[in-house]
Amino acid sequence: MSEIGLGHYLTLAAIIFTIGITGIFLNRKNVIIILMSIELILLAVNINLVSFSIYLQNLVGQVFAMFILTVAAAEAAVGLAIIVIYYKNKGSIDVERISSLKG
Amino acid sequence: MQTIIYILPELFLSLTIMFLLMAGVFIKKSFKLVNLCTIASLAFAIVLVLNQADEITKIFNDSYIIDRLSIYMKILTLLFCIFVLLSSKDYLKINKIDKMEYPIIVLASTLGMIIMISSYDLIVFYLGLELQSLCLYILASFKRNEDRSTEAGLKYFVLSALASGLLLYGCSLIYGFTGSTNFEIISNKLDPSNTGAVFGIVFIIVGLAFKISAVPFHMWTPDVYEGSPTSVTSFFALVPKIAALTVFIRFMYVPFVNVFNQWQTIVIFISIASMILGAVAAIGQNNIKRLMAYSSIGHMGYALAGLATGTNSGIQSTIIYLIIYLVMNLGAFGCIFMMKRENTFFENINDLSGLSKNHPILSLSFLIILFSLAGIPPLAGFFAKFYIFMSVIESGMYTLAIIGLVTTVVSAFYYLRIIKIIYFDKPKKPFEQSYDWGLKVSMILSSILILIYFMYPSILIDIVSSVVIY
Repeated sequence: MSEIGLGHYLTLAAIIFTIGITGIFLNRKNVIIILMSIELILLAVNINLVSFSIYLQNLVGQVFAMFILTVAAAEAAVGLAIIVIYYKNKGSIDVERISSLKG
Repeated sequence: MQTIIYILPELFLSLTIMFLLMAGVFIKKSFKLVNLCTIASLAFAIVLVLNQADEITKIFNDSYIIDRLSIYMKILTLLFCIFVLLSSKDYLKINKIDKMEYPIIVLASTLGMIIMISSYDLIVFYLGLELQSLCLYILASFKRNEDRSTEAGLKYFVLSALASGLLLYGCSLIYGFTGSTNFEIISNKLDPSNTGAVFGIVFIIVGLAFKISAVPFHMWTPDVYEGSPTSVTSFFALVPKIAALTVFIRFMYVPFVNVFNQWQTIVIFISIASMILGAVAAIGQNNIKRLMAYSSIGHMGYALAGLATGTNSGIQSTIIYLIIYLVMNLGAFGCIFMMKRENTFFENINDLSGLSKNHPILSLSFLIILFSLAGIPPLAGFFAKFYIFMSVIESGMYTLAIIGLVTTVVSAFYYLRIIKIIYFDKPKKPFEQSYDWGLKVSMILSSILILIYFMYPSILIDIVSSVVIY
């Protein structure tokens, strides 16, 4: 059994990040899932920052992570608001149907 | 306390935002008042920026920088924000989106851009970027009872949040492999043989390329430009480009300057791809806003070509290109704002048919602006491209220069097509002539500046040549 080190945390963050990206591109059903994927990406970044911060004995990474958490909340609020007005106009939030602008 | 005087413009703008929000809540029908106050406070912020010391100052533990580049770019941002607000007043009123939130959100995103321009630290940069983009999401979907506007907002939100995520992942890698978020320390410690750090650089370049809508991260641009209200489109085409390009310059030439060989190929590729796509994809477009989107993608390609040289003259030519691009686009969107009849605005290129019979002056300025966008001498757009190609050839990148010249010729086709429609097609019903004075002023100013630039090119060159990055 090897000890859990920086490499493991970075791999975990990379995996979560990839899940987030694939979630955005593979998802064909619901915009809310895209919102969740974006949240996953930001959380992967946070894992990265915090583990780097502990590894480097440097607090800046944790401060950065706090800022990202706050911004992620604001971003989710704005995103949900946009989804609500979109739903009011179209009556659906299917990803496949978001296609009236094309060319 | 000494440092406070260096962030006076930012402090002033943020206090104005809060004050105007309160005023907007308590005073009914306050759009006119808030709009006026916003324009006045932007003008006052320009004065505050002009007052700043003329030497390189770093404050807040070197996380915020005030130098020539940041001062000029801040002035440009504030100035063009004023012009956009002035020229879009009529549009907002007729489309019934003249709510008091509009100028306040514009002001807030401008504040975000100013913070981005001055940032010298990854955290400050990220916060400025997010302040700017959160406001832009709202602006894109501002006409909330219309399908197209909300769809544009939704698309912009999803793609922009993804780009922010990529950029942030890059930031975290850079922080991890250099141990700091400060640009200068990163510049000293960045090691090009470290794979993790190179990944970080690539992710950051991807995020930044998205923000200036360069190929292959341009997918959002045509949709968002077409879907959002025209006033917002003109804001998108002008103001955020300044901040994004400044940040691009700052990132490439401060933290990443020692890994020049690594990023140069990426920037050259992005630049060539944007030039080609901007020239080819615009040909089949019928919506003029969509056409302007492709045209702006192409123009960003030329601006990046100057950046890829890695010389001070290359950066200066990029800045000159940006300034001339802004003036031309201000005029172009002024023309689009004038395409209205009986309280409807027209966006189709065919609606311009035979414009010259009924509106000789409007057609003339359209002609000047489109010739300049196509890069035909002796208009300003020609000189902008000329400086870029000069510096590209000076640093020996002949392929880039040749591809640039070829795409210029190709893109001239669709600009000339609009001119042909305006001057030689059958006239339609005339447009209304009751223009707002702000629209008239920005339109006339932009046409005249484009027209007389060749007489005094040294003024702009002298100002810009004092910007030395390294």
